[in-house]
Amino acid sequence: MHTTTERMGRALTLVAGGMVLASCNEGVLSPKGPIGQAEQTILFNATAIMLAVIIPVIALTLTFAWWFRASNKRARYQPDWEYSGRIEMIVWSIPALVVLFLGGIAWISSHDLDPYKPVQSQVSPVEVNVVSLDWKWLFIYPDKSIASINELTVPVGTPIHFHLTSGTVMNSFFVPQLGSQIYTMAGMTSELNLLADTPGVYRGLSAQFSGDGFSDMHFNVKVVTASDFAAWLAKVRGSGEKLDDVAYQKLLLPGIEPNVRIYGTVDPGIFESILLQPAEGVSPYGAPGRPPHLLSKSES
Amino acid sequence: MLLGKLSLDALPLHEPIPLITSIVLVLGILGILAWITAKGSWPYLWNEWITSVDHKRIGVMYFMLGFVMLLRGFSDAIMMRAQQALAYNAPGYLPPEHYDQIFSAHGSIMIFFVAMPFMIGLMNFVVPLQIGARDVAFPTFNSVSLWLTATGVLLANVSLAVGEFARTGWLAYPPLSELKFSPGVGVDYYLWSLQLSGIGTLMSGINLVTTILKMRAPGMSYTRMPVFCWTALASNLLIVAAFPILTATFAMLLLDRYLGFHFFTNNFGGNPMMYINLIWAWGHPEVYILILPAFGVFSEVISTFSGKPLFGYRSMVAATMAICILSFMVWLHHFFTMGAGADVNGFFGIMTMIIAVPTGVKVFNWLFTMYGGRIRFEVPILWAIGFMVTFVIGGMTGVLMAVPPVDFVLHNSLFLIAHFHNVVIGGVVFGAFAGYTYWFPKAFGFRLHEGLGKAAFWFWLIGFYVAFMPLYVLGLMGMTRRMQHYDVADWQPWLIVAACGAVLILCGIICHIAQLVVSIRTRAQRMDDTGDPWDGRTLEWSTTSPPPAFNFAVVPDVRGEEAYWGAKRKAIQAGRLAEEPKYEAIEMPRNSPTGFVAAFFATITGFALIWHIWWMVLMGLFGAFATFVAFAWRDVEEFEVPAEEVARMDRERRQARLVIVNPELRA
Repeated sequence: MHTTTERMGRALTLVAGGMVLASCNEGVLSPKGPIGQAEQTILFNATAIMLAVIIPVIALTLTFAWWFRASNKRARYQPDWEYSGRIEMIVWSIPALVVLFLGGIAWISSHDLDPYKPVQSQVSPVEVNVVSLDWKWLFIYPDKSIASINELTVPVGTPIHFHLTSGTVMNSFFVPQLGSQIYTMAGMTSELNLLADTPGVYRGLSAQFSGDGFSDMHFNVKVVTASDFAAWLAKVRGSGEKLDDVAYQKLLLPGIEPNVRIYGTVDPGIFESILLQPAEGVSPYGAPGRPPHLLSKSES
Repeated sequence: MLLGKLSLDALPLHEPIPLITSIVLVLGILGILAWITAKGSWPYLWNEWITSVDHKRIGVMYFMLGFVMLLRGFSDAIMMRAQQALAYNAPGYLPPEHYDQIFSAHGSIMIFFVAMPFMIGLMNFVVPLQIGARDVAFPTFNSVSLWLTATGVLLANVSLAVGEFARTGWLAYPPLSELKFSPGVGVDYYLWSLQLSGIGTLMSGINLVTTILKMRAPGMSYTRMPVFCWTALASNLLIVAAFPILTATFAMLLLDRYLGFHFFTNNFGGNPMMYINLIWAWGHPEVYILILPAFGVFSEVISTFSGKPLFGYRSMVAATMAICILSFMVWLHHFFTMGAGADVNGFFGIMTMIIAVPTGVKVFNWLFTMYGGRIRFEVPILWAIGFMVTFVIGGMTGVLMAVPPVDFVLHNSLFLIAHFHNVVIGGVVFGAFAGYTYWFPKAFGFRLHEGLGKAAFWFWLIGFYVAFMPLYVLGLMGMTRRMQHYDVADWQPWLIVAACGAVLILCGIICHIAQLVVSIRTRAQRMDDTGDPWDGRTLEWSTTSPPPAFNFAVVPDVRGEEAYWGAKRKAIQAGRLAEEPKYEAIEMPRNSPTGFVAAFFATITGFALIWHIWWMVLMGLFGAFATFVAFAWRDVEEFEVPAEEVARMDRERRQARLVIVNPELRA
């Protein structure tokens, strides 16, 4: 039954979506991991279940409207017909049954795909701490002591366990092709578990508006083979800049970061200190009504 | 210091788009004022409209306010669509700090100052007529509500020329809306304009709930009320229950911003998540506040133009009240992605779906109302059919996003934008236009031009699909809302299509304006003398068009459901009108400038608060209080319409009605 509904869903959504799949090689209809895949399946199934009711309703609306037009002498006019217990019974039952079915899907899938639930895998997960900033993403690999700005490199087929927070306003961490998004909020962590099963470069972004530089707040997720990942680690570890409190204070200044940056050394416990000390200090933003230098390149 | 934060810097002297818009707007307003002065219409406007406490006039003014603001909100919309159509790897023509204000203003204006005035206007106009009352329970209060809404509108528009509007999105989520991240006056404009108009809305809700509960004509038991009144009751109960939450939430944010409190800040124990919960505890009921009266309009329209009673009246009432209660139990579905956990998400997902059951029942009942009918395709039912087809699609995508894991990939995407425009345009806006066309002849005594009405409908319907179906696709392609520019080539073609859709909707709006102008100019051809142009079924069609100030010469005696339809059938069978009743003098409330004056002072207070001009705040508050005292001290509050006058007017009405009972007279 599962595969039947799935197939049905896929067919119907293809009809409804038309060229969507054809033109789209990014986005949530092109998942590259089990979480995104499962979510796509639920999307298709739920759509199919509902279309099974919606399409007849639309067809009946148009049919009734046309057939019972005043000029149609063949249609029987029943000016006083206003109640039928049997029809009432049916019209309450149809949506109730659909919702019973979909409610089951919602409950089960909500548990199966809870962002906090670890992804089942033989491979032990990569830990990544994410900090959303104005308007860039900081990724810290806590047990590897490296960090990067606006690019996340992860090994293929390996669960990724994210702890997320914000150094500034609320954002939402989202890689459409990998699945679930989750909010980042200052002073607290949220968690997310994802897995990429195909190597490639996937687009990530903030899905929660966060101010004037929001549109540039996207990043690439590079999914590489395990050996490439090890090689990358070896290459960047110890090289380049160091992420410590001083460097972090610079990152806190609002601005767009056009280039990917790597920190080869990371102060241990920096993520925890970011969590404990939500950004303080005077506003670096401009005066009212006056566009500040916000969109000039980051001063850091 | 005397002017607080206000200085010449607040004027957009260096930004051409707001500067030109402001100048055009100010000149336009001055032009209109000069024109009114030249025509000498001030006494008429003041006596007949501005100080009017007549629920019908107030309803009409609410609707006009909504329509004017629709033009403002729509110009924001078409600017955004143009920006996004252009901004592939390019800055477009709107810089972010301006674009961000536009989408924030678009959302706030369309919900608070377009959809709300449309619906409150319709309810104000129709409800007392449908329940056989002479006015609402608190007529002067009603005028205060209207003018406080106008205060909010005015403040939101002043921000265009003086200062800025919020750049935070239409719900001003903290911490972005906190002083630290939004130090300008934009968020203050947002907060005070909505705070003041929110008070008006709450008063309007109290007023209409009281009216429906206490002022029904004898015999008009709850189960004989037209469905529109039921939906109005549900909607206003929601206003009474939900708007205080909004007021309290905004008050806390204001305390954060003005007095350094830490309700929603990042630090010192503040918690922005609280704001998001609270704002949606108001926000979700709000969408039902808007859609329920629209459901009521469609119920009336479909039944009237099908020439049949509404199918399953009791089911409709039960469904309405079920939605009313359930709407308070689903707010968390707006932020499944906050990480609340599987049980919480699952619960709210299921609750959200359960709301679809009564909504689905309503759709089926409209369907079976058409079944066996004799449908006349006048403009109002076109909107209703367009709604039924469009709304179920929006409902489907809504239930889809009620599945938490689906929401995890569609939250805040353009799919969501498409969904809620699908239900708000396809539901609320279509409902407002259906109601507008349906009740216009009641309000003014002549019908609207049919051809232009149909043209408006088709432009809006097709325009809606062209503008928003691409957004569903873009959402699936991973595009989020509120992007000022983007670097994904695949998105651009869809955004260009969406911009074309916005142009089609613009044509629809132009048709609407043309329809109004043409109809007024050629009103002699489309007069309706009978007061019952659509062969209506509810009490409002039993009085003249426009109805007298007192609505009914004699309070109707309601026998059975569809009070007017029953009486009309009987009269037609008998071939003559019912016996002439005994006329008595009628006491009606006097006009009062209280609402206008209080709102004038409220505007001053709001503006002064936004700019921290404290002496002016005190002055405004004192003025508003003095207005209230003056009103409380009035000694004449009513005037009497003498029995002879009532009799004269009603005899004229009865004369005009003879054609209904004797159709051969029509020729």
